[in-house]
Amino acid sequence: MEQEVSVREAYGKTLVELGMENQDVVALDADLSRSTMTQFFAREFPERFFDCGIAEQNLVGIAAGLAASGKIPFASTFAVFAPGRCFDQIRMSIAQPQLNVKLVVTHGGISIGEDGTSHQAIEDLALICSLPGFTVIVPADAIETEQAVKAAAAHFGPFYIRLCRPKIPLVYGEDYRFKLGKAVTMRKGKDATIIAIGLMVKAALEAAQNLEPEGIDCRVLNMPTLKPIDEAAITQAAAETRAIVTAEEHLEHGGLGSAVARVVARYHPVPMELVAIKDTYAKSGKPAELLERYGLTAKDIEQGVRSAIKRK
Amino acid sequence: MSVPETGDPKSTSVNNIEAEVFSLSASEAEMEATAKRLRRHIITMTGKAGSGHPGGSLSAVEILTALYFKVLRHKPSDPQWTDRDRFILSKGHAAPLLYATLAECGYFPVAELTTLRQMDSRLQGHTDRTITPGVEMSAGALGQGLSFGIGVALAGRLDEQDYRVYVLLGDGECDEGQVWEAAMAAAHFKVDNLAAIVDNNGQQIDGWNRDVMNLDPFPRKWETFGWKVIEVDGHSIPQLLNAFGRAKQVKGQPTVIIAHTIKGKGVSFMENNPDFHGTAPNAIEVDLALKELE
Repeated sequence: MEQEVSVREAYGKTLVELGMENQDVVALDADLSRSTMTQFFAREFPERFFDCGIAEQNLVGIAAGLAASGKIPFASTFAVFAPGRCFDQIRMSIAQPQLNVKLVVTHGGISIGEDGTSHQAIEDLALICSLPGFTVIVPADAIETEQAVKAAAAHFGPFYIRLCRPKIPLVYGEDYRFKLGKAVTMRKGKDATIIAIGLMVKAALEAAQNLEPEGIDCRVLNMPTLKPIDEAAITQAAAETRAIVTAEEHLEHGGLGSAVARVVARYHPVPMELVAIKDTYAKSGKPAELLERYGLTAKDIEQGVRSAIKRK
Repeated sequence: MSVPETGDPKSTSVNNIEAEVFSLSASEAEMEATAKRLRRHIITMTGKAGSGHPGGSLSAVEILTALYFKVLRHKPSDPQWTDRDRFILSKGHAAPLLYATLAECGYFPVAELTTLRQMDSRLQGHTDRTITPGVEMSAGALGQGLSFGIGVALAGRLDEQDYRVYVLLGDGECDEGQVWEAAMAAAHFKVDNLAAIVDNNGQQIDGWNRDVMNLDPFPRKWETFGWKVIEVDGHSIPQLLNAFGRAKQVKGQPTVIIAHTIKGKGVSFMENNPDFHGTAPNAIEVDLALKELE
């Protein structure tokens, strides 16, 4: 059995490390610190932690004011509430002035499970990627989460890091080094490229393995930095494998698939398939059941690869 | 960028104050004269631009005059001075007033005021903190300034700095739910280094507040949210100065100064006329208004 590790805990622990290194690091939450794991920071640095209650618009505004005064605020809530509940606040108080706020949100996608539609963030990446100057990261495991959070602290400007709720398998070893803005080749291949983010990276690797017996040699790219996206890696994959499949826990509108398609269409048009949620809301269920129902499994990726290759 | 000739010969810019901490010695008569100059700027700027928000700029003239010429600790020569008191304009549509005030203080030339709303101007239709010296916040989407101000106040507390934070809200702006999220939080975090001022002119775009969205009992609302409330005549500089002085003495809770004002104050045909919320005076109206403001 592979080791499954919580990306949320990785965030919470990393935030404490950052707080020890730099006293300008502060954290905010909107009454979800036990779930987003900012509770670790709150326990360690109570004077630098601000629970804003269930008020996400105010959370964003306070974070912006702290950033404008030289602090490095990490503001956390669920992905469905930021940007969903406070889009205009993020737009005017953070994005327009390019303030140094780090939004680290958890419970992204449908893998949050039983809480259902109201808590399933499937539009957040479209919203946040639409904001000029935001850096958007979706880590694939706990190891990448730790490094992405540190990178966000080290780089000036607005960041959005989207984490999922369940524990997920590690796809990296301790020797992994996250590079901001760079895709990671998880597996070499020449017949098609699967580009994935978040927990879909693991599914992409499984799909690539399952396609081997059919003689299909898949490249797998993890695209942890969704924005600004690694155009060079996408263009190279399009040129060398001539078929691309994207996989994400998000609507197919405005997420990874859209971002990749923009690059492919401009620089090297090839057949593409998008493994994503199709213009619908999901319901309550166990995470694995939901991922299956809404077409986000290794099998769906495999089907996408076959179909893209057929259209070459 | 090119700066046009000065539009208002009456302007007595204070650019020559090679600014130390800004002069806090303005007399009451000087401040009254400054207030009149600010009103003239507002009319000239919006008239030239052909758009903008004169009504809610004119109503807050005395509030900004009292703050920038007496109350605030600031250095126009160094807008980012870390010890400065922070003024945050939450009702971002009163940008013409803020720009006029900043120019009169010497943050940028008075002559630049007539570039308001033009292509490549530093004076955007609503405030933009990234390009205008002295502007603390990008605003215009209402309801966001008080939250921002709390963040600035909390940072000051963490850094053990003694600067104070002033946030100007419109009364109509208080329809926004975020204002009350922030009101709750400011009291919860006990930010006594913050004072909000409400430009309580009683009107919003669609008419009188009481008809559009009743805010009453307004002072009671702030009180029950945990704020010290001070009510003043928002066109009386002495009353405003007194209120700011009292606010500084309040410990353990934030203070709100509810400044009762008249929208369009100082120009007879603009007073209490919501038509001039977001409409600039035409050339004839500019002349009439400037005559009244001589």
